[in-house]
Amino acid sequence: MPRARWVTIGRDFHEVRAACFTFLPFNRPGFRPSPARDGTMHLILFIVFAGCCLAGAINLLVQSHPINSALSLIVVMTSLAVLYLLLGAEFLAAAQIIVYAGAIMVLFTFVVMLLNAGREEHTLGSRAASAVGFPAVVAILAVIATVILKAQGLGEASLSDPITTTDELSKVLFRDLLLPFELTSVLILIAILGAVALARHGDGERPAAK
Amino acid sequence: MTIFHFFLWSLLKTAVITVVLLMAVAYTVLLERKLVGRIQNRWGPSRVGPFGLLQPLVDGAKSFLKEDIIPTGVYKPLYLLAPILSLGCALISIAVVPFGEPDVGPAGVHLFEISDVNVGLLVILGVTSIGVYGIALAGWSSNNKYSLLGSLRSSAQLISYELALGLSLVGVVLRTGSLNLRVIVEHQAVHGLFSWNIFGGFQFVAFFIYLTAAYAETNRSPFDLPEAESELTGGYHTEYSSMKFAMFFMSEYANMITVGCVATLLFLGGWTSPFGDTIDRPANLFVHALLPIFWFVAKVFCFLFLYVWVRGTLPRFRYDQLMSFGWKYLMPLAILNIIATSLWLAYYPPAQ
Amino acid sequence: MIPLSWYLLLSAALFSLGVIGFLIKRNLITVFMSIELMLNGVNLSFVTFAHQWHTVKGQIFVFFVMMVAAAEAAVGLAIIIAVFRARATLAVDRIDLMKL
Repeated sequence: MPRARWVTIGRDFHEVRAACFTFLPFNRPGFRPSPARDGTMHLILFIVFAGCCLAGAINLLVQSHPINSALSLIVVMTSLAVLYLLLGAEFLAAAQIIVYAGAIMVLFTFVVMLLNAGREEHTLGSRAASAVGFPAVVAILAVIATVILKAQGLGEASLSDPITTTDELSKVLFRDLLLPFELTSVLILIAILGAVALARHGDGERPAAK
Repeated sequence: MTIFHFFLWSLLKTAVITVVLLMAVAYTVLLERKLVGRIQNRWGPSRVGPFGLLQPLVDGAKSFLKEDIIPTGVYKPLYLLAPILSLGCALISIAVVPFGEPDVGPAGVHLFEISDVNVGLLVILGVTSIGVYGIALAGWSSNNKYSLLGSLRSSAQLISYELALGLSLVGVVLRTGSLNLRVIVEHQAVHGLFSWNIFGGFQFVAFFIYLTAAYAETNRSPFDLPEAESELTGGYHTEYSSMKFAMFFMSEYANMITVGCVATLLFLGGWTSPFGDTIDRPANLFVHALLPIFWFVAKVFCFLFLYVWVRGTLPRFRYDQLMSFGWKYLMPLAILNIIATSLWLAYYPPAQ
Repeated sequence: MIPLSWYLLLSAALFSLGVIGFLIKRNLITVFMSIELMLNGVNLSFVTFAHQWHTVKGQIFVFFVMMVAAAEAAVGLAIIIAVFRARATLAVDRIDLMKL
């Protein structure tokens, strides 16, 4: 498309600007961080946000009030969005914030607020589940971690890898994977109908005992 | 340019833009009070400075010096977190908004935006979605029936109109082909007034859907039932006093300004002049650099004027009218707009 | 330069923490949130492999997982509300009989 004449800045302006700003020390053209610093920044960002993820997940387990667990899960989801950005998935990071942290977790928060769910109690069942569950899950984690660490051919991520644009994403989504996309929209429609039908006061249903 | 210099420039830009935004919020309050006063045939605040221009400073001092009351039964962590979340989300959106032209300033530095994100529009929508938490948590943690009801109503209103807001922007994105706010503005820079998305881009229906959804998103008249004093004794910010209340107040006006900035960028041509090609721009460095900012601020000001004008003129909606309007009228209209835009683009593809 | 195995280890850790939450928590909503945590862990490994093989389909699958999680959250929370109306409690140990 043609650019308007006044948008392309005139020669005089460029000369004046160059003259004004040459005395400043940081006038090197282009911005490309050097590879050594690139790795450090990537490492710091990964460690900070992976730490936030793990801290949020552990906090979800440790807290006894569901609203605190919900807020920790929101922290996990936003940190995951940053990790997706580090892996080059910018649209997915934005979608994670909008859909997961901004809509699904709002739903959870509403339900916790409306039902006024109180603090949890430790019962016999929960002690038994902890006794069995913890070792089992630690075993599962050990197996998965061994498989991951022994795997050959896993590459590396760096900040200079190409970012997946929305363009590429939409080309695959709306051409090759059109049928799953349409089915997902039907699924969401069914979910809406189901949720409305379930949450309504039915005709023969008793009101809840207070 | 090294990372250190990048951080330094970013910090500088962030500091300047945040200060300017906070001053703008304060003076938007003054604008509203004076304009609503004029609509109601009275002077607005006019005593404190010439034309009442020092009123916001005095208001800020008053808010700061009021007694900070924390009721006993509140859930303290969330009670204190909610206004921070609200104000934080209102201020963060300004980070992806470009005010002026890209190539002004030292080499490699875009002086008139804090960051140029490829999915800038989605960042703003995402931050708006997170802002709902401020309201929801404020009402619930206040240990007050009226606050809880007000906050639930307000959050439900916000998430309903968020949908219409997002869908109305899809038409603009379809025409431009990018989510980058800078690219959207440059797409409108072709013929001055007639290539802005609201006129030449035929997105006037989308603009009015966006306008209405924006009034509902920022909890402003005619959609301000959750905070109307006669209805719910103040809604979700009933139990807040002094600085925390001021933070909610500021976040409402900062949201107005953000929404105005987005409308300017997407529908009204951003920093481009309405005269386009016809008037030459002066070659003086500072005028050349600052003229686009002047146009941007003028357009946001017009948008805010419209906001306050509607507030002073229209009566408010009832809550069920509000919800049915959002779901049954605005959302289908926005979807129809997307379909119409897609059909238009399919039959008359833009010349590449 | 972050080895992708670190991302996969984080994903495995999130998944296991979700499983632990599912097993030991006694509030219905918190159990549901642990399920969402598991789904998020899996999403991270999908995106990691999409980066490894330079394909977009991994990210699109994350899209679908998000949509299904949204639908599941809506219906699941409606079920939880219905259960709360019938039993007036959200404790998992008390909602263990089909008949009151």
